[in-house]
Amino acid sequence: MSAFLDYGSDAVLMKDLTGDNWRLKDYVARGGYEALKTILKDRIAPEQVLAEIKGSGLRGRGGAGFPTGMKWSFMPAAAPEKYVVCNADEGEPGTFKDRDILRFNPHMVIEGMIIAAYVMGCARGYNYIHGEIWEVYERCEEALDEARAAGFLGQRIMGSDFSFELFNHHGFGAYICGEETGLLESLEGKKGQPRYKPPFPANVGLYGKPTTINNVETFACVSLIIKNGSQWFLGLGKGNAGGTKLFSVSGDVERPGNYELRLGTPFAKLLEMAGGVRGGRKLKAVIPGGSSSPVLPGEIMMATDLDYDSIAKAGSMMGSGAVIVMDETRCMVRCLARLSEFYHEESCGQCTPCREGTGWLAHLMHRIEHGEGRPGDIETLDRVAHNIMGRTICALGDAAAMPVRSFVKHFRDEFVYHIEHHRCQVADHV
Amino acid sequence: MSETVVDKSGWLNLEINGKPVQMPPGSTVMEAAQASKVFIPHFCYHKKLSLVASCRMCLVQVEKLPKPVPACATPVSEGMKVWTRSEAAIAAQQSVMEFLLINHPLDCPICDQGGECQLQDLSVGYGKGYSQFKESKRVVAGKDMGSLVSAAEMSRCIQCTRCVRFTDEIAGKMELGMIWRGDRAEITPFVSETVESEISGNMIDLCPVGALTSKPFRYKARNWELSRRKSVSPHDALGANLIVQLRRNQVVWVKPLENEAINECWLADRDRFSYEALNSESRLTKPLVKKDGALIEADWQEALPLAAARLKNIIERDGSDSLGVLISPHATLEEATLMARLARALDCDNIDYRLRQQDFSHTDKASQVFWLGMPIAEVSQLKAALFIGSFLRHDQPLLAARVRQAAKRGAAISSLHSAPADWLMPMAREKVVSPSQLAQALAALVVAAHRETKAAQSLPAALQDVTPTEEDMALVRSLLNAPEKAAIFLGSFAQQHEQAALLHTLAQRLADITKAKIGVLPEAANSVGLALAGIQPQKNGLNVKAMLEAPRKAYVLLNAEVPFDVAQGNTARSAMRQADFVLSLSPFKPSAEDVLPDIVLPISPFTETSGTFINMEGRVQSFHGAAPPLDETRPGWQVITALAGLLNQPFAETTPEAVRASSINSAAENATARLSNQIGEALSAMPKKATAVERIAGVSMYHADPLVRRASSLQRTVLAQSPKAAMNAALASRLGLKKSAAVRIRQGKNENAVTAELPWVCDERLPADTVRFDMAHPLTAGFDVCGEFHLEAAS
Repeated sequence: MSAFLDYGSDAVLMKDLTGDNWRLKDYVARGGYEALKTILKDRIAPEQVLAEIKGSGLRGRGGAGFPTGMKWSFMPAAAPEKYVVCNADEGEPGTFKDRDILRFNPHMVIEGMIIAAYVMGCARGYNYIHGEIWEVYERCEEALDEARAAGFLGQRIMGSDFSFELFNHHGFGAYICGEETGLLESLEGKKGQPRYKPPFPANVGLYGKPTTINNVETFACVSLIIKNGSQWFLGLGKGNAGGTKLFSVSGDVERPGNYELRLGTPFAKLLEMAGGVRGGRKLKAVIPGGSSSPVLPGEIMMATDLDYDSIAKAGSMMGSGAVIVMDETRCMVRCLARLSEFYHEESCGQCTPCREGTGWLAHLMHRIEHGEGRPGDIETLDRVAHNIMGRTICALGDAAAMPVRSFVKHFRDEFVYHIEHHRCQVADHV
Repeated sequence: MSETVVDKSGWLNLEINGKPVQMPPGSTVMEAAQASKVFIPHFCYHKKLSLVASCRMCLVQVEKLPKPVPACATPVSEGMKVWTRSEAAIAAQQSVMEFLLINHPLDCPICDQGGECQLQDLSVGYGKGYSQFKESKRVVAGKDMGSLVSAAEMSRCIQCTRCVRFTDEIAGKMELGMIWRGDRAEITPFVSETVESEISGNMIDLCPVGALTSKPFRYKARNWELSRRKSVSPHDALGANLIVQLRRNQVVWVKPLENEAINECWLADRDRFSYEALNSESRLTKPLVKKDGALIEADWQEALPLAAARLKNIIERDGSDSLGVLISPHATLEEATLMARLARALDCDNIDYRLRQQDFSHTDKASQVFWLGMPIAEVSQLKAALFIGSFLRHDQPLLAARVRQAAKRGAAISSLHSAPADWLMPMAREKVVSPSQLAQALAALVVAAHRETKAAQSLPAALQDVTPTEEDMALVRSLLNAPEKAAIFLGSFAQQHEQAALLHTLAQRLADITKAKIGVLPEAANSVGLALAGIQPQKNGLNVKAMLEAPRKAYVLLNAEVPFDVAQGNTARSAMRQADFVLSLSPFKPSAEDVLPDIVLPISPFTETSGTFINMEGRVQSFHGAAPPLDETRPGWQVITALAGLLNQPFAETTPEAVRASSINSAAENATARLSNQIGEALSAMPKKATAVERIAGVSMYHADPLVRRASSLQRTVLAQSPKAAMNAALASRLGLKKSAAVRIRQGKNENAVTAELPWVCDERLPADTVRFDMAHPLTAGFDVCGEFHLEAAS
């Protein structure tokens, strides 16, 4: 277990975790719930806490990287009923960081949600947990019981005027329920389908009430910011983006797993921590931010730092921090076919471009992969992907289209080879 | 119509395709485009349904926004600049059309929707003549949505979910849903695996493709082969506006004519599908004359003089009081007016249209006419309403849809009734009591209102002993909490009740104290019209009940069928059988074998004659004949005019225009003042609770009038199922029904005995010692609604 719990020397969220010290007493021993105590005992005004979050440069860790403080400030102050929701529906292929946070440090998320609820004036919160990680759900239930028993949740927390109830809810594994409004629909007991925005959840969210949804890792950062100050957190990162980031490294590396790094660490360092490319092979390509972010050729990636702006400049996205490493033996056509099949499977079917487009892409990729590609297929692929992008209700359409466009852009020769020779270039030449 | 002046202060200025337009805040780009007469293609958007913005066909370009946005769901803002036909907008629209078509079968040549298909129309403007989609297309299995809506070709569905939203938002019960995901998503019924709504046909209009089509109309004709005529629905008193569509002079399809004040863009299923009766085998095409106990076809030259002669003979022999005239409240104003005029010319005042009424004490002398008490559209704006004895969904399905909208906006809707009902809307309070306790329960509300308002009027002596419950107080408070926006409605069950006058008086008192409006929900298409025209005893004539209980020597039935259309089925049957002569004017062959008229004259149904109905809000709606009369049928007004001539009582009018003008003139005389629900009855003592088992009788909605009874597809719906006897378990066990699936119901003695065996069902929501079985169905029409009956287990 220890191999998987080595998050690196930069770790602050995952520091000192052994896999067994997740309980409340352990968390408190590590200084847990002190931030909450300080806020409630010293009666720090919500505006002041919000200012700290804003000053820390914390950006959403779920994928979009939206400044968290600003998101919280969108919540209408006067609304009598408001919700805070944790998005633990971690379904992006390649991403497995939230599972570790909840499994090994659940109270850090709970404390973050309590503070968030305090800032935004929410009386109720939900933690929506991915359906396939039942063990994590059960652990979170235990952690909530502990927090309730210790008086960190419930009525008049620690003798203050602030009351907050928190509940866990487990989904059933639909990728689309990780989209925040799809998550809310599912939480309400309906079919998980994203809502059209506007109105945004900050105005019309869960049960029609103002709601803020943040990622697990985002909430986990909150107590550290309050405890150590916004400047400390900002200093951990790079530029205007503060903090460390968990990267889930998978694919062709020696030691796949989660690594916590300061934002701005070079990718080469992460690859080194993960033991380098498996078997000493050549690095071919990296998907730096989960399956929906554009793929980058290995040489570009090796020259890129891991922070929002650097990855964007390189032509991809920080996303959820899921780094998928592919070595020279990987057929990019096959990789894309697999990804397209995933998005075809997971499209909710609500809006036309995504419903029809993801199926079309999957069909095309299946044919090309199986040596049945036809001249013009690559152009059609690119055109279909282009026609999906920016025209759908939620980001799943873009998520399905971006890999297609980037794989075709960077590895067009492999696609051409498949179509012309009806077989795989990699198998023939590597 | 005078132009209403709109205050546009605070409206937002924007531009659509360079043209300035002003819109109130909260409007959408789609509405702004409609206001400036710019068409934006769309599929999922519908003005009466919630926004989902899922088809993406209405993507438009907006200045400063990086991506195209759906016009239907994008709110307008000050200074916004929208382009619906720019390069970027058209590119987005064309790409969506390409996606919509890749899995669509493109089987337009064999698709019923061909020629009236939104997808087909828009694909001309936004699609291409060829497709780059070379994969195999999706196939979706057909679904069973009942006898009205065909869902056999679900591969054509483009997942716009209009039908799903319709069932949920308008019909009140989510009978359809979209299961599975992605391009495997399918629309399917899932609650009871078919569609049971009484307004389900609207889905056919809503479906923008050929996925949901009309089952009866399937493969009957192409859209461009049809001619279209405006008409008015002859069923309930809403008077829904119709577009009757004909092929070779035969009505083959009926669609709504949009009228925001009446039916909006909807139709109830019976408005839409009852046309099947018009073309059915049961249409009468030649006069029938009874010879040796059987009805034989005759020509007009024989039948009409014979009818006149026999009427004349009886009047000469037994006096004009020996004649009784029963007129259906579904008859046109013209027919009824002329028929009443003829009867009165013959010195007969035994005329009535109130065929299902039992208590006439408040309507016999009064010159006032009961009506909705407000414009139909106002019902949607109510904040609180109490329905007394109303089968609203079955009696006025589209009014129920309006009430549902009010309820969804938070209106407190309550019901006081003897029959538990599924209202398919959030109900504030529902009180169910036995028929004999209905007045008592209403009186409790009156007392509650007295207490709640500390009313100055002292409590009438009749109400001194009535004690309201906390529930009653709460119901009254819900009315008081909605000043100017509260209403109390008397439904068909209250009007047909033996104590209708008392119920009306109590309701009026409750309305007076709570300052709620009082409305009556008239039973049939022309109930208000015939009341205005005075189609009831004016001097000393007999009302329908008296006419039947003291049998006449001769009866004239206008569009009315005995025993189906009367409350006293048993009494009526016996009266008809005793009579020397029964003349029926009807579009249909008689269906009750045991009460055959002596002469039947074939008159035109509403599609084959001009006519006028006056609806529940007092709106006069005239229509022309949509089709020529079938074979030898003739418009009712012509037949009555001819009959009057033969009886030496000729009418001055000779044209349909003249008949209409004089009928409307006499009905409309002082109409505004006469439309009133205020009655001056004094409060009598509260009735005692009945000791015997009481019957609760509704009118089965697909048996309510001659037309629906013969509409074959409607007859195959779940709602048209033959009646069951419903009662609670205690009564069932007392009757020893445990081992028996059916209950035998008996009424009357000897030759007047009538029996029926009905399957019984347990309904614990029914009041104790009551049994519900509906009237107007062949199995139950022969019973008097009131009067003793006997229940026993069927062997």
